[in-house]
Amino acid sequence: MTEARPIRVLVAKPGLDGHDRGARVVASALRDAGMEVIYGGLWLSPEEIVTIAEQEDVDVIGLSSMNNAHMTVFPRTLELLRERGLGDVLLTGGGIMTAEDMEALGRMGVGRLFGPGSDMDAFVEYIRRWCETRARGTEGRGTCPTA
Amino acid sequence: MSQEAFESARRRWEAELARSGPRLPRFETISGTDVPALGLPAGDPDGAYLDGLGFPGQFPYTRGIHPSLYRGRLWTMRQFAGFGTAADTNARYRYLLEHGQTGLSVAFDMPTLMGYDSDHPRALGEVGKCGVAVASLEDMETLFEGIPVGEVSTSMTINAPAAIVWAMYIANAEKQGVPAASLRGTIQNDILKEYIAQKEWVFPPEAHMRLVVDTIEWAARHLPLWHPVSISGYHIREAGSTAAQELAYTLYDGFAYVEAALARGLGVDEFAPRLSFFFNAHSDFFEEVAKYRAARRIWARRMKGRYGARDPRSMQLRFHAQTAGCSLTAQQPENNVARVALQALSAVLGGAQSLHTNSMDETLALPTEKAVTIALRTQQVLACETGVANTIDPLGGSWFVERETDRLEAEAEAIFIELDRRGGMVRAIEDGYPQREIGRASYDYARKLQRGEQVMVGVNRYADSPAAGDGIPLLRIEPRVETSQRERLAALRRRRDAAAARRALDRVRDGARGHDNLMGPILEAVRAYATLGEVVDAMREVFGTYREPSVF
Repeated sequence: MTEARPIRVLVAKPGLDGHDRGARVVASALRDAGMEVIYGGLWLSPEEIVTIAEQEDVDVIGLSSMNNAHMTVFPRTLELLRERGLGDVLLTGGGIMTAEDMEALGRMGVGRLFGPGSDMDAFVEYIRRWCETRARGTEGRGTCPTA
Repeated sequence: MSQEAFESARRRWEAELARSGPRLPRFETISGTDVPALGLPAGDPDGAYLDGLGFPGQFPYTRGIHPSLYRGRLWTMRQFAGFGTAADTNARYRYLLEHGQTGLSVAFDMPTLMGYDSDHPRALGEVGKCGVAVASLEDMETLFEGIPVGEVSTSMTINAPAAIVWAMYIANAEKQGVPAASLRGTIQNDILKEYIAQKEWVFPPEAHMRLVVDTIEWAARHLPLWHPVSISGYHIREAGSTAAQELAYTLYDGFAYVEAALARGLGVDEFAPRLSFFFNAHSDFFEEVAKYRAARRIWARRMKGRYGARDPRSMQLRFHAQTAGCSLTAQQPENNVARVALQALSAVLGGAQSLHTNSMDETLALPTEKAVTIALRTQQVLACETGVANTIDPLGGSWFVERETDRLEAEAEAIFIELDRRGGMVRAIEDGYPQREIGRASYDYARKLQRGEQVMVGVNRYADSPAAGDGIPLLRIEPRVETSQRERLAALRRRRDAAAARRALDRVRDGARGHDNLMGPILEAVRAYATLGEVVDAMREVFGTYREPSVF
């Protein structure tokens, strides 16, 4: 077993939308919960997001989308993660999207998505639980992050 | 002495009111009693009334910029709209005009806002999604087909590429036979708040500031009825600022534009009468009313005292208000109708010149026609049924509201001092200062919501609805929008005189290297059907790009 390290989360804004209030608030909440936050900032393409995720060795990617491009951006990011052998990275996030779209993305393999008015602590807790579950499922791999 | 001044100011106001012509033959309550135009103190023994408030239409304009306010004319009901292709949005505009809306307000899609053509790789999945796609003069022609641009006033929410989109509007009007000098409307064109809050810029701040001054100068010379900048606090507030931060950063942005235009050599009274403002109408009712009143007073004093304005219109802060999108909830969305009505009331009691009321479904998607209609009807109920438009500044003289007005003014003045200390707004932005302050305020607010100290009905209290957006229909943008828009653009590129477009783009590039006003070359380029993205690219080669300091 290697020593446990904090959960590493990439928080980013995909596409052209600059409304970053949600992303920044969530980044602060994750940091306050003891996680390591890589704030990717604005205007990232799925390719750029996956490259940062790879370089920074993150456990989780959280994308914030307010501009109705989520049905393009999330599936493409997921596809690239799988292509690059990063299928065990959680892709989650939130923003302005309908319940129907969230379900459709969930069926493709995207994690839970959080709409407007979501509980910030619930998001933090979701990530923590997911990482714990993944760690149990990959016993012996020694990369179990804890926060 | 001060009593004499009070009486003389009152006579002046009464004369102006009489000249302005009332909207109704009589103003009366539902019960049939007369409603006075203005509530007033009995006198002004120490001169405090004239100094701090004054009469409507008189310095420092705390009680409103017009002597008659809504007794003379109601505010402009201006609903922001745009989605899909130019043809889709054109149909929505015609619908709104037929239903009593009195001005147009264009929402552009993200690629347009960021200066990308609809067929750029970065535009993938975003064309027509949260606004209308306008990539060329041809799209602008479709957007305003059958709409008499010489008669309506049009507000365009466009910032980084504002000069280009404005040029398309002017060129389209010329093709309709309407001279530029008669056009009425607004381009938002407030780049400073983009760096501060909304994060839609293309070039570094100095290059964008030059373009803003180019448009201010062009409007002063050629489009005297146009508002070339709408100095916006709306997005600052939506990003999570406090009311005082919204007020202070917005006004300070205004000072920055004034100083930049003065540095260009324009006289203050040549351009300042056409500056306008855009504020957020949030939920804290009295704080919002006080914010608008404080804004007018601060602006008037600064324009007169610091910048030497002589024309009263240079001192009068005109503003558009929009209800707070960030206050709406996806849970129990019908409750948003009530929120919007109350927020709109604060803007009306604060003396707004025009107003957008949000639709109840905006936390979920772009609004449906039904939701937009309810939002417009909300304004009409306020205007025609409640009587609030029948008397001017009805909360003026309330001890509480006057105290809040003074408090916000003092808080804003303290922020001005800090911004001065940091070397002005551009420097403060480059240091990430306002971004950091807003980030802190929004995180504090989120924590208060989390702890239940701040209540959102239906979200952290009285939350009984099982799922977001239950039961209300939502507008969906079909994927065909992106495909058909790309096809249109490809056809335009084949059809146009490519050599002429290229020559015009060369002139834009040369112009960017020099110091002459860029509006002339930009107009030539859009007339030659150079696309938005091509004009931006030509400028980007000279101006470069900008990434913000990483702050969260």
